[in-house]
Formats: sequence, structure tokens, C-alpha cells
Amino acid sequence: MDRRKSIQTLILGAGAATSGIALSSCKNESETAVDEAISSGTEKFFGRTPAELKRIEKLNAEQLFNEHEMETIAALSVVILPPKEPHGGPIEAGVPELVEFMGKDIPSMGPTLLGGLMWLDHKSNTDYGVEFKSATLEQKKEICDQICWHDTEKPLDKQPLEIQFFYMMRGLTVTGYYTSKVGIADLGYKGNSPNVWDGVPQDVLDQHGVAYDPEWIAKCIDQSTRGTIATWDDEGNLLT
Amino acid sequence: MQIKESAEVYDVIIVGSGAGGGMATKQLADAGLNIAIVEAGPFFDPADPVTQTQLKWAYESPRRFAGTDRAFGGHDMSWGDWEVEGEPYTHEEGTEFKWWRSRMLGGRTNHWGRISLRFGPKDFKGKTRDGHGDDWPISYDDVKPYYDKLDKLVGVFGTNEGRENDPDGFFLPPPKPRLHELFYIDGAKKSGIPVIPGRLSMLTKKINEDRGVCFYCGQCGRSCSVYADFSAGSCLIFPAQKSGGKVKIFVNSMVREVTTNAEGKATGVSYISKDDRKEYKLKAKVVVLAASACSTARILLNSKSKQHPNGLGNSSNVVGKYLHDSTGASASGLVPGLMNRKTSYNEDGVGGMHVYSPWWGDNSKLNFPRGYHIEVWGGMGQPTYGFGYDTNGLNKYLGLKPGGYGDSLRDDVKKYYGAVVGFGGRGEGLARKENYCEIDPTTVDQFGIPVLKFNYHWSDYERAQAKHMHETFEEIIHNMGGIPLSEKPGKDQDYGLHKPGEIIHEVGTTRMGDDPKTSVTNKFNQLHDVDNVFIVDAGVFVSQADKNCTWTIMALSWRASDYIIEQLKAQNI
Repeated sequence: MDRRKSIQTLILGAGAATSGIALSSCKNESETAVDEAISSGTEKFFGRTPAELKRIEKLNAEQLFNEHEMETIAALSVVILPPKEPHGGPIEAGVPELVEFMGKDIPSMGPTLLGGLMWLDHKSNTDYGVEFKSATLEQKKEICDQICWHDTEKPLDKQPLEIQFFYMMRGLTVTGYYTSKVGIADLGYKGNSPNVWDGVPQDVLDQHGVAYDPEWIAKCIDQSTRGTIATWDDEGNLLT
Repeated sequence: MQIKESAEVYDVIIVGSGAGGGMATKQLADAGLNIAIVEAGPFFDPADPVTQTQLKWAYESPRRFAGTDRAFGGHDMSWGDWEVEGEPYTHEEGTEFKWWRSRMLGGRTNHWGRISLRFGPKDFKGKTRDGHGDDWPISYDDVKPYYDKLDKLVGVFGTNEGRENDPDGFFLPPPKPRLHELFYIDGAKKSGIPVIPGRLSMLTKKINEDRGVCFYCGQCGRSCSVYADFSAGSCLIFPAQKSGGKVKIFVNSMVREVTTNAEGKATGVSYISKDDRKEYKLKAKVVVLAASACSTARILLNSKSKQHPNGLGNSSNVVGKYLHDSTGASASGLVPGLMNRKTSYNEDGVGGMHVYSPWWGDNSKLNFPRGYHIEVWGGMGQPTYGFGYDTNGLNKYLGLKPGGYGDSLRDDVKKYYGAVVGFGGRGEGLARKENYCEIDPTTVDQFGIPVLKFNYHWSDYERAQAKHMHETFEEIIHNMGGIPLSEKPGKDQDYGLHKPGEIIHEVGTTRMGDDPKTSVTNKFNQLHDVDNVFIVDAGVFVSQADKNCTWTIMALSWRASDYIIEQLKAQNI
């Protein structure tokens, strides 16, 4: 029995106080069902609690945008952030799916997104006699050019809906891309993986015109000793 | 419905499994006592892959870790935040207080910042220092031996600096500063503000065979799967069990009250099981409350009996009073010298600051008492929801136009990546009788237990401190060659002072003291009114310090545990 399991067998549920269930008692059926739900969810959903999992599944079962609207979101997202080799673009990053999910997850975003999509088609039909998603790249850009600059001196919610919509779509597109696998590769982020930090590389220090103070560095961990158990003298001086 | 009563009599029941409850469990179980822990949330082990968020990517979440289901982001390891479903709290009209609760084994220690600062000699003697508040009935020398043992048992990195009110200890060596921290060191020093290595409870070096060593993912807020950061479950409760201690954990068990007998002594607790919504009773010789400052006050106030008509331990009418949180203010700046960075290396580091500034001010020249320390953040962190959302909003600080679209967005994201540095001031608010929590007689939680109502006002002292914080941040940002991202908040915004409770350092609701008329416990955390009930959470604090409270909670819990063992041996309780 591994350590974690041995600890779990010590966890007593509600009835144990009176029923005298043995320490090694098995889980009851409902606990097992919840555990299974969590385990199957964890493959998809990164350690959610049963309640969180339920909410994600409920949102996934709802539909905010119809097929045409999803296509319009996809079409707009690639104008906002054109794909670029070798790291793709918003479609590879799952941006349309994120927009759909967030529109439901944060309900106040829904009307802005839905209204903005209607505005796009109305504008495109009026100016070019074609829905936005079927317009040429030049036509799409002409429309975007009119709504992609917001007034930085004024609160966003006091500006026209189409301006708010574009700001939101640009935000979701960029955040969606850079939180995706392809976007992280494009950014070059090297973290979220086990490593041993030993300071900023010299070429980076040089580039930014800073240096380590030798006195400070002398107090820092010598990473060759990280595996040695720490011991101190009575004054708090580290001996190992 | 008949309340189901356990036949077994435990030596000690411990209510709550966070910093205070975890430490009491470890000490009392190691002494051979038979322990029952009663925890309101489910079991949690940071090593369990099923609940783990450490090393997950934002794209594994359909909301990319947006904070919709967890207030500090979908990766945060806290089950429960400012709100817990079915467990409300209320406010006196016109007052504000935010209350963070983590319903899980280990409580809030699973996600906290691990900033582990000892209180200094001055911090225990506030009234002597400047006339405000009260002195503690104990001094630094009483607590020092426990801080020393704590450093060695739990592990904390830092350096001995010989500072008067930031005592030295038994530190592991700190990690080297990150790039933005080097800029901060230079910027702060130009203003004469000291900067020293951070003091955080993460293992940069091995301390025993049971816990892993930090692998620098920067995610302590997600709770470490190799136990390289401190959490009460992984570092205190599990080891107590592993070494053969008699520790039974009752999870999903919401304590309603401490039960008492005809003599007024505690006999145990009654709790509601969240699994079957029925009430149960557990019996013990000693009850240790460690439910958090406010939850413990709630339990005491709800434990009314013929012998304790005003609530348990409340003959003084002080339970719930003197509630105080740390002060806090935050600012950030764009530092052009940190723009256009190479992403050739991983600079996640530990999950927190590698450097910080302890309080340096001379209060005789200031318009507020006490002080604050500065926490600093920045660097090339993991992108999660919100990253790049306002893509080039920073353009306006460089005289460029924010907005637009197209290939330039990629360039903008990279140009600004890691160029923003943030500052958090965390200071000491004064303990005042007028700031309190009490039972709201009109409201119960979903288990039928009356809830807390908060009544809290900041004073001009705390506002003056926040103003000073913002002035300091602005000066440091300028020293770093940077541009503040917002103007200093004015009087109408309380100078940017965070709302009470937001720093999650609430303490003081069951303060210790020598006089039973003005305090709830004696200097060994024992109720004046009932000798077999102890409080080992931050409720016993007479005053905050410009330090985070966890290290002192644990030192005092250890000290109280020694006293409990001694008193049981002497058959005094």
C-alpha cells in the first residue's frame, strides 16, 4: 500500500462516529461514483471538483452561437491575428471554442458578442452586399479599420457597441492564442516544467545592463547542494 | 432526530486542519495523544493526480484558467474563496469585509503565498512602542524557541540580516533574484529602501527524506505535489499519521458548537455531516479550536448554554472583537528597460518573490503608526486567461496608439512580455474593539448554523499608510526608469487601501491577555472561562505586525500544544 492510500484509509466519513467502521473501511458507493466522475473529468479538466465539473458540463451542453456565428467568429479571429508559420493562428489555438465558452461562462459577455456579430453582418451587407464571413480580406479589413481603435480617455462601456465588441474579440483572440499550445510556442515561454533555477543567464544580464552583486549571490543556494539535508549550528549558520 | 453520539472519548478534538490545527495535530499526535480532526471540507492531498493543478496548462481548461470558478484563477488550490456556496456571511450596513474560506484538508495553507516572517520584538509590544492598542502578554523571547524549531521542521528560505525587528532564524539558502528583481533592488536602494532575500516556506534544499525539493515551477499557489512547499496536510498532518500517530480525520464535517457539561467544561463538539446532513457528536477531554479567527469566534458565539449564556469563553464579551486584517495597496509600472526580452530561459522560480523590502520607516516622522513590507512581482510568467487581452494597451505609456489588429499584435505581445513590475504593500492595521464580527440572528447557513455578520471600518491611520505605500511605489517605479500604470488613488478612493479582509490576514477575534475581563484566552491560548478549550488559530493575536501571520500562528500553536501536553500530564485539565 502506498503512502497516499494508507492515509486515505484513515479518513472517516460521517457515519463512522457511531457505527465504528474499521479504519480500513472501503468507500461507499456514492463516494466511488463521485471519484469516478472526477477521474474521468480530470483527463479533460485539470483537477476539477465534482461541482466544478458539473458546471463545465452544463455549459458545454448549452449553445450560445449558431453555426453561422461560429464561422463569423473564426473569420474575424484570423483577420485580427493572421496565422503565421510555424505556429499557426487562432483556429489552431481553439479561439472560436474559447469565445463560445466564455460567452456562457461570463454571461455578461454574451450580449456584446451576439450583438457585435449581428453588427458585422449588417455592416458588411450594407457596404458590400455580402455577409462578413464571405467578404474579401480587403473588405473585412475596411470594416475592422472602423472599429479597432477605441477612445483610451473614455470608459469602454461608454463607447459604441461595435467598438466594445471588437475590443472583446481582439482580447479573446490574443489571450486564446497565447494560452494555447501553438501560441506558447510562438511566445517562446520556457516554464511550467521542472528545472533548477540558477539565476538570469549572463547574456540577458548584459542585454539589460544589470549585474548580480557577488555579496548577494554568495548567500544564495548553491544548487549542487540542493539534495543534501540541511543542518545548522546553534547560531543559524547553515553547515551543509 | 436524535443526535448521534460517538462512544469513543478522544484525548483531543481539533477543529480545523490549516496552519494552527495542523501544527497542533503534529505535536499532540507525536506525544501519543488520541486525536480527532474535524474539517469542514473534503480530504485533500497535493500529491493526488486527480485534483492536481500543478504543471497543468491553461489550454487544458475550457476557460484557460479564468477565475470564474476559483477567484484567484482556475489553477488556484483553494476550494472556496470569497464565497462558499450555501454558507453566507453578512455585513452591518455601510461596512465592508471580505472573508476567504478554503473548505479542504489543510485549509488556506494549500494556496497561500508561503511568506513566512517572524514577528519581531516590537510587534509583541505595540502599546509600549507607540501607545496604540495593547501589548501581548508574551514577548518575542517566549516565542523565539518555537520559531527556531518551526524553521527546522517546516523549512523556510531566507538570510540572516541582523535586523532589529525582522529576526534571524534557521534559513535555507534563497534562490537568486530574477531579472525584474534586480531592477527592483536598484530602484529601491536609490530611495534608501532596504531589499533582502525573500523569506518563504519552500524547500530550496532538502530537510528530510519525506519531502521533495523545489523544482521551480512558480506554482506554490497550486500546492506542491512533491511537498516542496508548506501545506498543513502534506507537512504536518500526514507526517503525524505516518509516524504512527493516532489521528482520525472527519472530513465534510461542519462544527456547530462546543458541547459542555453541567460544570461548564467542554465535553466535545457537535457537527453537521455534509454527506448526510445529520448532526453528530464527538467527545474529548480537550477541544482545540483552529477553524480560523472568524470561524472560531462563530463557533464560540454559537456555543451557548446555561453555564455560558453569552457564548463559550465570552464572559468578557470580547469574542469577535478586535478583528483586524493587514493593510494592503497595490501598484504596477511599465519598465522600458525590461522590454524586448529574450525568452531563452525559464524564470518561473519559486511561487513568489525572491526579494522583498522589510519595513524601514521612522514613524516619528510619519503620520501613521506601524509599517508595511513590500512584495514585488513580475517576470515572464505562464500565460493564462487575460494574458495579452489588452494586447497593446501599454502603448499609451510610450506615446503610441493602443488598438488595431494584425501581425503587429504578435510583436506587441513579445515587446511587453515581462516588462511590467508590480508591488504589494502589506502592513499593520490597528486592532480596535469597534471592528468585529458577531452572530447574525436572522441568517443561517445551509446547515442551520447562524452565520457571522461583519462590522469593520478602516481609520485614517490605515489610509495614511496606503497613501505612503503608493507614494513609495511611484518613486521606486521612477527609479527603475518605469512609468506607473495608474495615477495614485486619491482620498475618495481611500488612497487605494484594499477593503478589510482582502489581504486574508484576519486576526484578533479571541485575543490573548492576562486579564480575563479584556481578553478571551490566557498566554497559553487557553480560554480564561473553560480550562479544557484552546484556540490555536490567529484569533489569539493581540495585534498584527507588518508581517504575514502564518509563521506566528504555527509557533503559538506549537507552544500551546506543549502546554496542553504538560497540563494533561499534570492532570490539571
